[in-house]
Amino acid sequence: MLLSVITFLPLLSVAALLLLRSDDHAWIRRIALISSLFEFAFSLVLLFRFDPSNAAYQFTEYHRWIGDAISYRLGVDGISLFLVLLTTFLTPIAILCSWESIQTNVKGFFVSLLVIETAMIGVFVSLDLFLFFLFWELTLIPMYFMIGMWGHGRRIYAAVKFILYTMFGSILMLVAILWLYGLSGTFDLTDIQQYLATGSLPHTTELLLFGAFFLAFAIKVPLFPLHTWLPDAHTEAPTAGSVILAGVMLKLGTYGILRFCVPLFPKAAQEMAPFIGVLAIIGIVYGALVATVQTDLKRLVAYTSVSHLGFVVLGIFAFNATAIQGAIYQMLNHGVSTGALFLTVGMLYDRRHTHDIKQFGGLATPMPILMSFFLFIALSSLALPPLNGFIGELMILIGTYIGHHVWASWASSGAVLSAIYLLWAYQRVAFGEVTVEKNRALPDASTRERIILVTMALVILFMGIASPLFTRRMEASVENVLQRVNAPVNASRPARIPCMGAPADAQTTGSSTALAAVQTGVRQ
Amino acid sequence: MSTTQLLNLYRVAPEFHLCIAGILVMILDPFVGPARKRWLGWLAFAGALFALLAVHRAYESQGMAYDNLISTDTFSVFMHVVVIVAASLAILGSIDYLDREGIQRGEYYALVLFAAAGMGILAGANELVTAFVGLEMSSISTYVLVGFRRKAAVSNEASMKYFLLGSFATAFFLYGIAMVYGATGTTYIDKVQAALQASGSIPSLAIIGLGLMFVGLGFKVVIAPFQVYGPDVYQGAPTPVTTLLASAPKAATFALMLRVFYVSYGAASEFWFWAIWISAVLTMFIGNLAALVQTNVKRMLAYSSIAHAGYILVAFAASTALGIQAVLFYLAAYVLMKVGAFLVITHLGQQGEKRLDIQDYAGLGMKQPVLAVSLSLFLLSLLGLPATAGFLGKFFAFESALDAHSVHGVAIIWLVVIAAINSVIGAYYYLRVIISMYFAEPSKDYVPSSVAPALSVAIFVAAAGTLYLGLLPSRVLDFARAAADSLPLH
Repeated sequence: MLLSVITFLPLLSVAALLLLRSDDHAWIRRIALISSLFEFAFSLVLLFRFDPSNAAYQFTEYHRWIGDAISYRLGVDGISLFLVLLTTFLTPIAILCSWESIQTNVKGFFVSLLVIETAMIGVFVSLDLFLFFLFWELTLIPMYFMIGMWGHGRRIYAAVKFILYTMFGSILMLVAILWLYGLSGTFDLTDIQQYLATGSLPHTTELLLFGAFFLAFAIKVPLFPLHTWLPDAHTEAPTAGSVILAGVMLKLGTYGILRFCVPLFPKAAQEMAPFIGVLAIIGIVYGALVATVQTDLKRLVAYTSVSHLGFVVLGIFAFNATAIQGAIYQMLNHGVSTGALFLTVGMLYDRRHTHDIKQFGGLATPMPILMSFFLFIALSSLALPPLNGFIGELMILIGTYIGHHVWASWASSGAVLSAIYLLWAYQRVAFGEVTVEKNRALPDASTRERIILVTMALVILFMGIASPLFTRRMEASVENVLQRVNAPVNASRPARIPCMGAPADAQTTGSSTALAAVQTGVRQ
Repeated sequence: MSTTQLLNLYRVAPEFHLCIAGILVMILDPFVGPARKRWLGWLAFAGALFALLAVHRAYESQGMAYDNLISTDTFSVFMHVVVIVAASLAILGSIDYLDREGIQRGEYYALVLFAAAGMGILAGANELVTAFVGLEMSSISTYVLVGFRRKAAVSNEASMKYFLLGSFATAFFLYGIAMVYGATGTTYIDKVQAALQASGSIPSLAIIGLGLMFVGLGFKVVIAPFQVYGPDVYQGAPTPVTTLLASAPKAATFALMLRVFYVSYGAASEFWFWAIWISAVLTMFIGNLAALVQTNVKRMLAYSSIAHAGYILVAFAASTALGIQAVLFYLAAYVLMKVGAFLVITHLGQQGEKRLDIQDYAGLGMKQPVLAVSLSLFLLSLLGLPATAGFLGKFFAFESALDAHSVHGVAIIWLVVIAAINSVIGAYYYLRVIISMYFAEPSKDYVPSSVAPALSVAIFVAAAGTLYLGLLPSRVLDFARAAADSLPLH
C-alpha cells in the first residue's frame, strides 16, 4: 500500500487544490507545500523500511487490471528507491521556489507540478511495462503546460520541441513494448526478464528492441546528438520547471536504460556499448565546451546537464559495479546540484528578469549570502571533494578505467572543463566591480530563499560525506543487473570486476570521514 | 403474432424504436409551435434512449432475423451501442445549436433517427442488398442534414458535393454486389464465404466485386484515396451534423467492411491485405500532413478523423479475430472522443459558426476553464495520450497488427511503425489548439457564452466515457472480444 500512497498522494492533493477558489493563492500554495512535505515524509518511511540486503523488488503490490497480461504492479529496489526520494525531495523545493515568482494561474501551476510528481514516481515504481509507459507519457503533458504557460521568451517553441522530441522516442518504445508482449505474452517486467533470460530472442530482434528502447531513453537523458531540445526547454521553463526537468525528468532516461535496456537486452547492450560510450564522451566534452561559451547563465547551466548526464551514461555502459553505483549516485547528485544551480539562477532572474551574464557582475557586493551559496553549489557541481559531485564522478571514472582506459581519460577532461565553465561564469557574475548600476541595490536572499539554499547545501554536504549510506542500499540491485549482463560472457570476463566495488567505496568513505571531522572542527 | 415474427421484431428492436420515434417526431411536428420545437429534440433523444434499451432486448434474443437478412449477433449489438450513443449525443448537441442558428425543425431530429436506424441495419446486415438499403437510408438522411443550414452557402455546397459523390460511391458498392452475385450466386455474407471456400481458388470476378465494394465503403469511412470530399463536407455541415457524420456512419460502415472482408472474403485475406495496407498508409499520411497546416479547427478535426480511419485500418489489416476486437474497441473510443471534440466546437463556434479559427480560442483556458479542459481531454485522447481512450485504441490496434506478423510478415510491422510515426506528427496539430487555448494572450473580442445544460450533459458523458475507456477498459474490451468471436470467421 505504501507505494500506492506515495504515488497517488500528489493526485489527491490535486483534487483538494481543484476544490479551492482559484484566486485563493495563499491556500493553494500552502496546501501544495504541506502535501508535498507529507509525501516526502512517506518516502522517508520507505527509505527506513527498505532492506538493503535484499536484491529483489520490495514493497511490491499487485492488482489485475486489463485482461490477464496487463497488471498494476509496483515495487522498488536499490536503483529506484533514491530516485523516488529525489523526486519527493525536489518537489517541495520547487513549490517553495515558485512561491512568489508564479503569480498567474497559480492553481494550474501547482496542479501541474503535483501531477508531474505522481507521474515521475509512477515511472520509478512501475514493474509493468504498460503501467510504466502510461506514467512515462503522463510526465509530458504537465511539463509541456509548465514550459508553455509560465516559461520565458520562446516558451511555446521550447514546449513544442520538448514534447515532440520525447513523443517521437517513446512511440517507438511503445511498438517495442508491444513486440515484447507478442513474444512473451505479458507486460510484467520480471516475467519478460525471465522469458528473455532463456535466450530465445534472435539477435537482430534483440538489437532492434534495444534500439527502440534506447532511442526513447537517449532522447530523454539526453545523449549527444539528441540533446538539442534540452537547452531550449531548460532555458525557457520557469525555475520550478527547470528544477524538476533537470533534477528528475532527465533521470527517467538514465533510469530507463538501467532498468530496461541493459537487463532486458544484455547482449545488444554489450555490443552497442562502444558506440554509446563514445557518444557519452562526446556529450561530456561537447556539453562542457558549449557551456563555456554561453552568454546566458541559464543556458550555461542547461548545457552542463548534457555534460553531466554523459558521465552517467558512460558509467552505466562500463558494466561494473563501481561505475554503475557511481552512475546512480551521480543521477542523485546531478538532481540536487543542478537543481540548486537552477534555483540560484532563478533567484537572480526574480531580481533582474534576465539571464544574460553581461547584466551581472560584482554581485557578491550587494548579495554576499546568495553568492556564497551560489559558489558552494557551483563547487559541488564541478565535483570538488568532499561534496557530492566528487564521489559520483570518481566512482564512475574509477569503474570506467578498469575496462576502458581511453574512455576514462577522455571523460576526466570533462571534470576539468566543468571547473573552467562554472568558475569562469561565477567570476563574471559575482566578482569584480558592480558593472550595472541597477545591481547595486539588489536585496540579498530572503528568509524563504535562505531556507531553500540552506536545505540544498546541507543535502549536498551530506551526500558528499555519507555516500556509503546510499551506495550500500544500491549494491544488491546493481549486482542483479550486472549478473544479467555478464551471464553470457562470464568466461571471457574474470571476476575481478565486482571486487573493485569495495575499495573504491572504502576510499571515498575514508576521505569523506576525514573531511567530516574537519567540518565539525570548523563548526566548533 | 407467431413466435418467429416476435423474435424477428426483437432482433431489430433498436431500428424499430428509432423509426417509430422518427415517425412520431414527423407526425407531431406540424402541431408544435415554433417556440416548442425544441421539445421534439427531447422526444428524439428519448427515442434514442429507448432504442438503447431495445439493444439489450436484441442482445438477449440473438440470432438471424427475417430469413437470414439480418444477423443480430454480439458484433451487431456492439455496433448498435456505439451508433446509438453517438446519435443521442449528437441530438443533445443539436437542440440548442438549432435554436441559436434559427433552424429549429422537427424533421432534423427525424432524419437523425432514420440515419441511425440505417446505420443499425448496416451493422447487422447479413445480406448485401439489405446492407445497401441500410447504407442508403443513412446516406440520404445525412445528405439532407449536411445542407440543413439552408442560408449558408458552405452548407449547401457541402450537401451537394456529398450527395453527388456519395451517390456515385454507393453505385460502386451496388455494382460490386452484382459482381459478387455473379461470381458466387449469392448475396448472403456467410454464404459468399462458403461459396468462395468451395471453389478453391478465388474467382477474379469475386475479387473485382470486392474491389468495387471497397470503393463504395471506403468512400463512406473516408479513407484514402476516396477521402477528398471529407474535409469539405465536414466543414460545411452544421457542427452537430459533423459530430454525427464523423462518428456513427464511420463506425457502422466499418462494421459492414469487417463482415464483408473478414467473413465473406476471409479466405482471400492475402488479396485484400495490400489494398488495406496501402490505403492505411495513404490515409494516415494524408490526414495528418493535411491537418498540420489547417487553421480552422473544424477542418483540422475533419482531417484528423481521416487520420484515425487510417489507424483503424492498421488493426483492420491484421485479418485476425484480435484485429476485429481492436477495430471495435478503437471505434468505441474514437466515437466518444470525436463526438466530444465536435460538441465543444459546436458551442465555441457561436452564432453562424464564425469562431472556428485556432486564434479564436486564444486564452480560452482562462475564460472558460471547464470547456477548455474538456476540449484538451478530447484532443489529448485523439493524440493518444495514455490514460485516455485514444491511447488504448491505438495500443490494441498496434498490438493486434504486430500479433498478425506471423500471417503477413514484415509488412505489417512496418505498418505499425508508420502508424506510430504518424501519431507523433498528429501530436503537433492537436497541441496547437492547446497552445492557443492556454499559452496565447486571450482575444479581446470574445464574449464567452454559457453552455446549455443539454450540451453540457453530452460533453460530460463523452469525457467520462473517454476516461473510462482509458483507465478501465476491461468490460468494453471483453464485450469487443465476444463481438469478434460472434462473427463466423472462416
